[in-house]
Amino acid sequence: MNSQHKNYDVIIIGAGHNGLVNACYLQKAGLNVLVLEKNDWIGGAAVSRELTPNILYSNCSYVCSLFRPEIMRDLELPKHGLQIIGIEGGTTFTQDGRYLANYRNYHSKRREMARFSVKDSEAYERYSRDVTRQCRFIQPLLMRTAPDPASFKSKDIGEIFYLIKQFNELSPDQMAETIRFWTMSISDYLDEYFENDVIKASLALSGIIGTALGPMSPGTAYVLLHHYMGEVDGSIGSWGYARGGMGAITQALSSSFKSFGGELITESEVENILIKNNQAKGVALKNGNEFYSSNIVSNADVKRTFLKLVDDKFLPPSFVKKVKNFKIRGSSGKVNIGLDSMPDFPAVPKGDPCIKGDIHFTDSIERMEKAYDDWKNGTWSKDPFLDMMIPTATDPTMAPPGKHFMSCFVQYCPPKVYGKDWTQEKKEAFGETVIKQIEDYSPGFREKIIHMEIRTPKELEDEVGLTEGNIFQGELTFDQLLFNRPVPGYAQYRSPLKGLYICGSSTHPGGGVMGAPGRNAAIEILKDLKKPTSHARSAYEVI
Amino acid sequence: MKKELIKSKSNFNNPLKKTPFYEKFSSQMTQGYWYDWSGYKAASIIQDQELEYFAIRSTTSLFDISPLIKYRIKGKDTEKFLNKLTVRNVILQKNNTVQYTLWCNDDGHVLDDGTLFKFSEFDYRLCCQERHLPWLLDTAIGFDIELFEETDLVAGLSIQGPTSASVLNNAGLSIINTLKPFDFVTIKKNILISRTGFTGDLGYEIFLPNQLANNFWDKIWEAGKYLGIKAIGFNALNIARVETGFIVANSDFITAEHAIRNNRTRNPDEIGLSWMVDMSKPFFNGKDAIVKIRKNNLSKYVFAALEIDGKEPADGAIIYHDKKHEVGIITTATWSPTAKKSIALASMKLPYGQKIKSNLWVEIYALRELEYYKMMKKVSIVKTPFVKLKRRTLTPPLKN
Ligand SMILES: Cc1cc2nc3c(=O)[nH]c(=O)nc-3n(C[C@H](O)[C@H](O)[C@H](O)COP(=O)(O)OP(=O)(O)OC[C@H]3O[C@@H](n4cnc5c(N)ncnc54)[C@H](O)[C@@H]3O)c2cc1C
Repeated sequence: MNSQHKNYDVIIIGAGHNGLVNACYLQKAGLNVLVLEKNDWIGGAAVSRELTPNILYSNCSYVCSLFRPEIMRDLELPKHGLQIIGIEGGTTFTQDGRYLANYRNYHSKRREMARFSVKDSEAYERYSRDVTRQCRFIQPLLMRTAPDPASFKSKDIGEIFYLIKQFNELSPDQMAETIRFWTMSISDYLDEYFENDVIKASLALSGIIGTALGPMSPGTAYVLLHHYMGEVDGSIGSWGYARGGMGAITQALSSSFKSFGGELITESEVENILIKNNQAKGVALKNGNEFYSSNIVSNADVKRTFLKLVDDKFLPPSFVKKVKNFKIRGSSGKVNIGLDSMPDFPAVPKGDPCIKGDIHFTDSIERMEKAYDDWKNGTWSKDPFLDMMIPTATDPTMAPPGKHFMSCFVQYCPPKVYGKDWTQEKKEAFGETVIKQIEDYSPGFREKIIHMEIRTPKELEDEVGLTEGNIFQGELTFDQLLFNRPVPGYAQYRSPLKGLYICGSSTHPGGGVMGAPGRNAAIEILKDLKKPTSHARSAYEVI
Repeated sequence: MKKELIKSKSNFNNPLKKTPFYEKFSSQMTQGYWYDWSGYKAASIIQDQELEYFAIRSTTSLFDISPLIKYRIKGKDTEKFLNKLTVRNVILQKNNTVQYTLWCNDDGHVLDDGTLFKFSEFDYRLCCQERHLPWLLDTAIGFDIELFEETDLVAGLSIQGPTSASVLNNAGLSIINTLKPFDFVTIKKNILISRTGFTGDLGYEIFLPNQLANNFWDKIWEAGKYLGIKAIGFNALNIARVETGFIVANSDFITAEHAIRNNRTRNPDEIGLSWMVDMSKPFFNGKDAIVKIRKNNLSKYVFAALEIDGKEPADGAIIYHDKKHEVGIITTATWSPTAKKSIALASMKLPYGQKIKSNLWVEIYALRELEYYKMMKKVSIVKTPFVKLKRRTLTPPLKN
């Protein structure tokens, strides 16, 4: 056994974006930080990988808008090469050969909807006002540690008052609306505004993405919010690409971390966290090395951290039980494709930019719900819904001119098929389901494929370390948000063990490439270590 | 005797002229955002301001610079004339290069800034914002030169962005690969390509005879098909130029010929361009005045580049010291989509901005649904550019 006697102030397990954000803030505060990553690449679910020559794949996450601008500024990520670029367009194809485009221009978008329903096109304004109201309520909470309602600490009480104050700014009707919103299904919510199936389907997608729920399941309206509150340069609700793929974010973070003097080692899988007298002491790696520090931060999800990396005997049984009950079901897969040329979509007029954005082939909530039925039955959806994008139609750096990387996020896809492990054959059949759906709308698509990577929740678990392949390190339903994320009583990035923290998407405010969990955790750790936190600016006010 | 009637078209209906690239830009315009640039129809937005900005910073943007005022200066005494006119030394400028320069009146007040293209010691082109013929001709008295305006004869197209070199290569113009920043080359048919621009990014500017404009555009457009080429308007460019810290005459300072109120004029030191002034030259317009200004510390203002807390743009905001005393004004402000910061250019009253650089604040009024949110935001003085890109200067240029 080779043990390293250099003592670190903090050791972070995992170089996902939250681990790296956390590392940057701690190192910048003058601490001596070591990041250990199991893979030979960094980034977790925010990566760009050259899986076929000359084509970079954002093979997990593929769009960026949740990433907090305050963090980019604090850590000077633009200086370290990060560039976020806006996305144009979006479209939903219908089975009867039509398409509903989504444009950035308000009137183009309205007229597009009016082709399907004039009433809906005018209802959109009210809908977006109401969703924006909900966003204004949740946004200020992202960059704050959630209060612990059971605690009597003045800080927690202050935070609860802050929450109440936010809430009080709403009228009684709006309060009732908010509570309804947080617990409602996206399908019911959309029914209150819209009549047309295609329009509803195009809007419902954000309510179920990454979630093991169908559009008719309660709680999905909030998931929509989680995707709506993103912004690119202040334009709420728009999405962007990281130039060079999602890995550009984690590369910039790593460069920023190193510029502050931090140390990062890849191919170093932590096997267990060393505990002595209820206090974290260090980590033992699979390869036999050990590193010591009395502050350990895990970027892995809450289940992996407390059920795999920490021996049960060190933890209170009620805590272990809550962690076991944390819902982290895998529900999505991904098919990443390298293309020889831009696919044709004959339904759309030539040159229309709507195919530069997210492309969907599911034109009714009913089809979405049926896709969910397959998953509940234990298999992948036979008529899945895809969130498909071609980043290279916008970003010139990921593929040679004229060639493309296409990202297909696929829902639903289970971690096991009818309770049995995935086989190569089943994996290919899953990929084929996806190709076939695309081909229905894009003749000749198959011939353009140069290379393809099929990822089921199993690959996401094995490679990225996401338990059951859940993309958000835990579902984003109300029972698992705010002071209940990851588990009640431990929503402040701490754990029952002294010196052991958690900073990934399993914590408040949840999944997505947002950086907020990593930053908020850093602030709590710095407070415990009595170090300054002024280098972490407060959230920009929402006015 | 009957007077001969001279027929001329009325200028009443056509205050704004169309540039040689007008048809190309207007055919892509979706909403009709035109503005008046020196009497030419110029685009503010072609389709979508944000996406046009991202074309500058991520792919390739095309911007019409035909309305730039252009003077041609030729003849035996050209260099002597220009050394009198401008504050920099043109003898040090190499052939086939561009010099960013400015010129002053006899009081040392800035008349304009612009770019000077040197073909040879006997032949230069001066490009600028304002019209200066009377001043140029007055300065020319006694010199053996020929000076004329060629604004309407020469079309201009700015091709900027990380894939711009690839676009030009695709169009068969691999000659650009050896151009360093501020170099230019003239190719056949009198097409001039310079490695210059107003974006702080990799980019080139093309000047060519009007009648070649359409064909040239088509060639470039085709070459940029897979490289994200986009026509852009001034709004997008304006964000990029602030990110680079470039000032615009009559926006960030008032030119001497325009200033009605006498405290509005500025000397070069007051607009951040003191580095240009070559005091080793025996004489240039305004030199005596500048000597006096410097000797007696008569400058009253200083140019400042600011970073502002928060995300609200601070256009036109007043700068305060200690939240109490007015010490300057923001001339241009923007959210920088690349730096992810709220940034601004400002004019500050000395000693603030020079000796006193801390405890500075701006008051921002953000109007939302008919109510103002008033905010006092901390500002810090920084160096320009706000956005520094390696690809701007790398030679040979990067592909993307
Ligand atoms: C397919 C897919 C698509 C998605 N699409 C989007 C999207 O488009 N936009 C968006 O905003 N979000 C998207 N998400 C969600 C988002 O990517 C994640 O929520 C986010 O990246 C998680 O970041 P993290 O830092 O919290 O954790 P992770 O990225 O999971 O990082 C954890 C890191 O810890 C490492 N690790 C784990 N265990 C160990 C160990 N024992 N020892 C050492 N290292 C270890 C892992 O290898 C990994 O690098 C997507 C996710 C997936 C999977």
